[in-house]
Amino acid sequence: MKTEALSKEELLLAFEEKINSEQKIEPLDWMPDEYRNHLIRQISQHAHSEVIGMQPEGNWITRAPSLRSKKILLAKIQDEGGHGLYLYSAAETLGVSRDQYIQWLHEGKAKYASVFNYPALNWADMGAIGWLVDGAAITNQVSLQRTSYGPYSRAMVRICKEESFHQRQGYEIMWKMMEGTKDQQQMAQDALNRWWWPALMMFGPHDGDSPHTSNAMKWKIKRETNDILREKFINKTIPQAELIGLKVPDTQIELLSDGSYKHSDINWDEFWQVVNGNGPCNAQRLAHHIQVHNEGAWVRESANLSGNLE
Amino acid sequence: MNNKDTQGELWEVFIQSKPGQSFKHAGAIHAFDREMAIENARDTYTRRGEGSGLWVVKSKDIVAVTPNEEGYFFDPSNDKVYRHPTFYEMPEGVKNM
Ligand SMILES: [Fe+2]
Ligand SMILES: [Fe+2]
Repeated sequence: MKTEALSKEELLLAFEEKINSEQKIEPLDWMPDEYRNHLIRQISQHAHSEVIGMQPEGNWITRAPSLRSKKILLAKIQDEGGHGLYLYSAAETLGVSRDQYIQWLHEGKAKYASVFNYPALNWADMGAIGWLVDGAAITNQVSLQRTSYGPYSRAMVRICKEESFHQRQGYEIMWKMMEGTKDQQQMAQDALNRWWWPALMMFGPHDGDSPHTSNAMKWKIKRETNDILREKFINKTIPQAELIGLKVPDTQIELLSDGSYKHSDINWDEFWQVVNGNGPCNAQRLAHHIQVHNEGAWVRESANLSGNLE
Repeated sequence: MNNKDTQGELWEVFIQSKPGQSFKHAGAIHAFDREMAIENARDTYTRRGEGSGLWVVKSKDIVAVTPNEEGYFFDPSNDKVYRHPTFYEMPEGVKNM
């Protein structure tokens, strides 16, 4: 077959033309190394977050207060495992193997959303996580459905369809508790107090402090900036809290005339502490993943042997 | 599969959403054999009745057109405009054609 050797400039031009006209980039297409590396980092971080995110909720399966809530929690956590798989397979199209991605996670070279380094202390946290953590994730993921990388975009579309029940089941838990006894109401408020700020941190640093934002926006890997997504989340979540009698733990909250909310800033010291490994559960989350992965090694080995007999 | 890799081979998953419709690529999964591949595909991609049919194919068995060549590769069809019904002149008043 005929291949015309194009110069790097011509390839880049064709690549950027595609992006500018809203066409998706597919795995075999030429792409700049920087684009590929950004995707490798972002998609794998996203995949790891789905899987590590199963831990704080998995902690409560055996103690769910009813069969109904236990079945819901199981289905929700199973979805998160599935989201991890969608995203790993999208990440693998970039030419890095799943083993490699997992190794980078275990070596601490790859990150995951630091919100999962906070502990889930009681049942109300299942409500707060579904409502706030999944709610923040959805805000981000809805935007990422329009990302320029085809496999990532298609994984996001699939994930968004599944996420809507996650947030609703969490909000339902909070609402039921707010309809309950004084103690239950206090539990719900306490859970909101503890998860509000970590949920806002999920959107990442301010745009000005986010080292990867500009190319990610130019090449449409990200479609909206961290701060814009965070504001969207805040503006839709505060009325949801008020509706069921909860108060967001921020004394600066004030409804502005354009329908958005004034609020105070995140404690960025805490943010960087947790990102850099010093959150309450960082060591525990990673150790658990490594342990389970190693315990499953014999299954992969024997499956490998039987697969080869085929 | 790389010798170091322990996660089985990569398989592409295709779902038919309703009987009679064409199969559409959904994503990929890992598996060690055909049976595990189809079961993993079911568990991963059809938890909500997304499909009436499911195919899995080893990724390495898929043959694809190299993107740089696509213009050249598909070129022959562009100059055969007579393959399209709009190419033909019809007498005024002809119906149901
Ligand atoms: Fe998810
Ligand atoms: Fe979720």
